[in-house]
Amino acid sequence: MSTLEIKDLFVSIDTEQGNKPILKGVSLTINTGETHAIMGPNGSGKSTLASTIAGHPRYTVDSGSITLDGEDVLAMSVDERARAGLFLAMQYPVEIPGVTMTNFLRTAKTAIDGEAPALRTWTKDVKAAMAQLRIEPEFAQRNVNEGFSGGEKKRHEILQLELFKPKFAVLDETDSGLDVDALKVVSEGVNRAAEESELGTLLITHYTRILRYIKPDFVHVFVDGRIAEEGGPELADRLEDEGYDRYLAADAAQA
Amino acid sequence: MTELTEEKARIGAPSAASDVRRIAGMNEEGEQLSEINPASSPLAGEATKSHSHGGGVGIPDSSRAGRLTSYNVADFPAITGREEDWRFTPLKRLRGLDRVALDGAAPQITVEKSEAITVETVARTDARIGTAGIPEDRVSAAAWGAFAEATVVTIPAEHVPADENDVTTLTITGVDSTPAASHILVHAKKFSTAVVVLDHRGSAVVSENVEMIVEDGAALTVVSIQDWDDDAVHASSQQVKVGRDAKFKHIVVNLGGDLVRITPSARYAGTGGDVEMYGLYFADAGQHFEQRLFVDHSAAKCKSRVTYKGALQGDGAHTVWVGDVLIRKEAEGTDTYEMNRNLILTQGARADSVPNLEIETGLIEGAGHASATGRFDDEQLFYLQSRGMQEDVARRLVVRGFLNEVIQQIKVPALEERLREAVERELSAGVL
Repeated sequence: MSTLEIKDLFVSIDTEQGNKPILKGVSLTINTGETHAIMGPNGSGKSTLASTIAGHPRYTVDSGSITLDGEDVLAMSVDERARAGLFLAMQYPVEIPGVTMTNFLRTAKTAIDGEAPALRTWTKDVKAAMAQLRIEPEFAQRNVNEGFSGGEKKRHEILQLELFKPKFAVLDETDSGLDVDALKVVSEGVNRAAEESELGTLLITHYTRILRYIKPDFVHVFVDGRIAEEGGPELADRLEDEGYDRYLAADAAQA
Repeated sequence: MTELTEEKARIGAPSAASDVRRIAGMNEEGEQLSEINPASSPLAGEATKSHSHGGGVGIPDSSRAGRLTSYNVADFPAITGREEDWRFTPLKRLRGLDRVALDGAAPQITVEKSEAITVETVARTDARIGTAGIPEDRVSAAAWGAFAEATVVTIPAEHVPADENDVTTLTITGVDSTPAASHILVHAKKFSTAVVVLDHRGSAVVSENVEMIVEDGAALTVVSIQDWDDDAVHASSQQVKVGRDAKFKHIVVNLGGDLVRITPSARYAGTGGDVEMYGLYFADAGQHFEQRLFVDHSAAKCKSRVTYKGALQGDGAHTVWVGDVLIRKEAEGTDTYEMNRNLILTQGARADSVPNLEIETGLIEGAGHASATGRFDDEQLFYLQSRGMQEDVARRLVVRGFLNEVIQQIKVPALEERLREAVERELSAGVL
């Protein structure tokens, strides 16, 4: 079993108006085999947490720690984190012109594993994973995310999750912008990845809808850069009924 | 790819991709221009008819049709750098090619070929000289006046290569840095098929004229590789005459040299001609690579496709691409598209890109142009790194993919492999 541990994390970004704190003391422990849902209103810092775990240069960690089985994740470069077993399914995957999906997937797999995948089984694995995610075979020859629809981009993020087999996956609003069918396909992919290997999942979402297809073990509610409430799956049901209003009201009263 | 609209990348003409099929003032009958300037005026005639984003109505050299051509260097005024043709070129780095006698020793040429192909060294009085080209600028005319001997490659009628690696290679090696002139003529006779490679190496300060004749029904590919040493200065006017139903493929590869300026021009001698022009350039810190091409659609039912792609890295890396395409009144049924893409890999590099399309008849199949200059940006880098790739692996993946579109057009496996290796070398030698 592996453990991803986030301790008292403070993160800020530099804006034109100066330094702006976003995460204000977040602590969270995720073990492989567990699914944690992070929910919260817009601007609560959910995506900042995702990007900080992956090491996006825009975010400055002011204090606190992130460790993977005791190893200091914050000391690792972006690519080292990926090789250590962290995967971020991005909210807005970028286009990489001139690089075909086939070439990209093979290069990334080689980088993550430290050796090239066996060509025959790899090609078969890619084809099978694409078929399960209802990705048309011709996408293999298209450039990474170039001209992909929102739903196609998200399915390709999950394709990578299934092929790269990380220890921990952070899914940054993978459900937003998906119709019900695409949501089901994507959720099935995440569930497959979780079953095949003891994946630890950090599922970041604004909506409860995806939690009908991916069952969380733990739910954490983010408000204003902190975890406002934690609980089991029943907390998600409550949020479905009540929304985030009661946290925001409490927050406003405190301020 | 990110469209750059600010700072280093300056897009000379239409800022992003554009596609021109309908043009103001144009109908099925052709252009409907009012007589603003009488034909006798210097600001009239062809000049006002330009659909040019680069120059502007009223500037005499704003139309490519009106550009001066002459075998005599004295007909061209001294270059000031204000001319449309020279505005991007750092004249100080031309090492005198535009103003001194080009009496240095011409680069040495060694030949690799199959038996059927003839390669001769001929005197400048040879009757074939001047059959495909006429200088379009002062530096080219200076070389025309100065070369002592020319190298003539002849592909016999109906020649077919033995296999895909059966190419004729002229390795052109610079001997010293005294300004010199060089002249090469490639003649593909009727219904022949051939690939000719002009492989420039070593160090030189040279102005070169390359004439290419593609007779009716022939298919000629000419690959001009500029893999010079760091201090070389090279101007090369490469002009082709494309016969009836002939195919011509031109591939320019600029990798090495201090200042390299290639000016390919294609003219059609009959209907049904098909021209493909590809370019690949990779400029490092301080290098100036300029490519200015001209496709002169003067015959009906001809086709042209232009694809140039460039990568830039390092401080002061500068590339220029100017694509002039002229569809003359008589060139009905023309089908043309030109495209330039640049990928800026580091700060401090600059890519100028100017597509110019002039159309004098509305009766065409299609005409379009596109230009885009993008930066390999931090978000792309983050995405690839988050997939386990180290920064250099990520950059390589992107550049390789970007330039491969041009490399794979060469269709000579050995040469493609060499260019892929050269791109790898550029990447690892860079400031990455």
